[in-house]
Amino acid sequence: MTANDQLPARFRPGERVRVRGGTGPGHMRTPWYCRGHEGVIERICGFFGNPEELAYGRDGRPRRALYRVRFRQRDLWPDYAGPESDSIDIEIYDHWLDPAQGRENHAA
Amino acid sequence: MPHEHDHTHGHDHHHSHDGHDHAHPHPHRPDQDDGLTDYQAMEIALRELLIEKGVLSAEEIRRAVEAMDARSPTDGARVVARAWTDPAFRARLLADGSAACAELGIDMGPTKLVVVENTAEVHNMVVCTLCSCYPRFLLGLPPDWYKSRAYRSRAVREPRAVLEEFGTHIPDRTTVRVHDSTADMRYLVLPRRPEGTEGWDEARLAALVGRDAMIGVALPRQP
Repeated sequence: MTANDQLPARFRPGERVRVRGGTGPGHMRTPWYCRGHEGVIERICGFFGNPEELAYGRDGRPRRALYRVRFRQRDLWPDYAGPESDSIDIEIYDHWLDPAQGRENHAA
Repeated sequence: MPHEHDHTHGHDHHHSHDGHDHAHPHPHRPDQDDGLTDYQAMEIALRELLIEKGVLSAEEIRRAVEAMDARSPTDGARVVARAWTDPAFRARLLADGSAACAELGIDMGPTKLVVVENTAEVHNMVVCTLCSCYPRFLLGLPPDWYKSRAYRSRAVREPRAVLEEFGTHIPDRTTVRVHDSTADMRYLVLPRRPEGTEGWDEARLAALVGRDAMIGVALPRQP
């Protein structure tokens, strides 16, 4: 494995992140409904080939960190009917995440 | 096998036999008289090339399909029952699902299994909104509803309403946590052990654990 084979994980569990918005052509595994929303890193799942490259027969290198990000349902759906504590965990690759604007780190 | 996409774009044809409709509609797979899809043609071409070049034999492919079809939720139930009776195994299962399953002789292949535990505070349920990712090595083939657009879109949007439709009521004091299986992980829900099962052995406990409880849309059967 070469040094360029894998990009470092930029986030740690407990850190608050924002999912990048926008769109683009091709195969993306970041669901629409969480784009532009903030959540908290639940865990680092490991390092995996970039699915946006793998989908076109390329090798997916360098591998990217994959996280589970926890969102509050009420942040995703303003009219969410359930309790405030209801949450959803979504697997998201490193290059789709930015640090959240605010510095407050509260667990979802 | 990074993802388990369903590339079969099935159509629901409304057949009318001899000009009259069946009085008793029944679910059935549509006939595929209208030719192959691109992916079906690609699968056949790839399979024939692998056989022609001696990489695999037709018998090996058939055996692999048979083995995959033979997997069933009883494997998952065995894992759950062991976790209920062996606290050290439970801890290993929550730390590394794939490695713990290997202890029971269940080969997860390259799949990374995340086990999420139901408690008095949290109820977990699993969906794949993007396709139909499912822990097939542990639960066998997914049920049709798991692959439906309705389940995939509503499980994340109104999980409690979906749970109620499955006959599962989760009180408001318990957090409902949905897991969207969007990438390389697969998920197994570890349900809560029913009360009144003290002293039960693993086989008896495993019989309480249904497929839906391990997806998180139901609870284990009560003794």
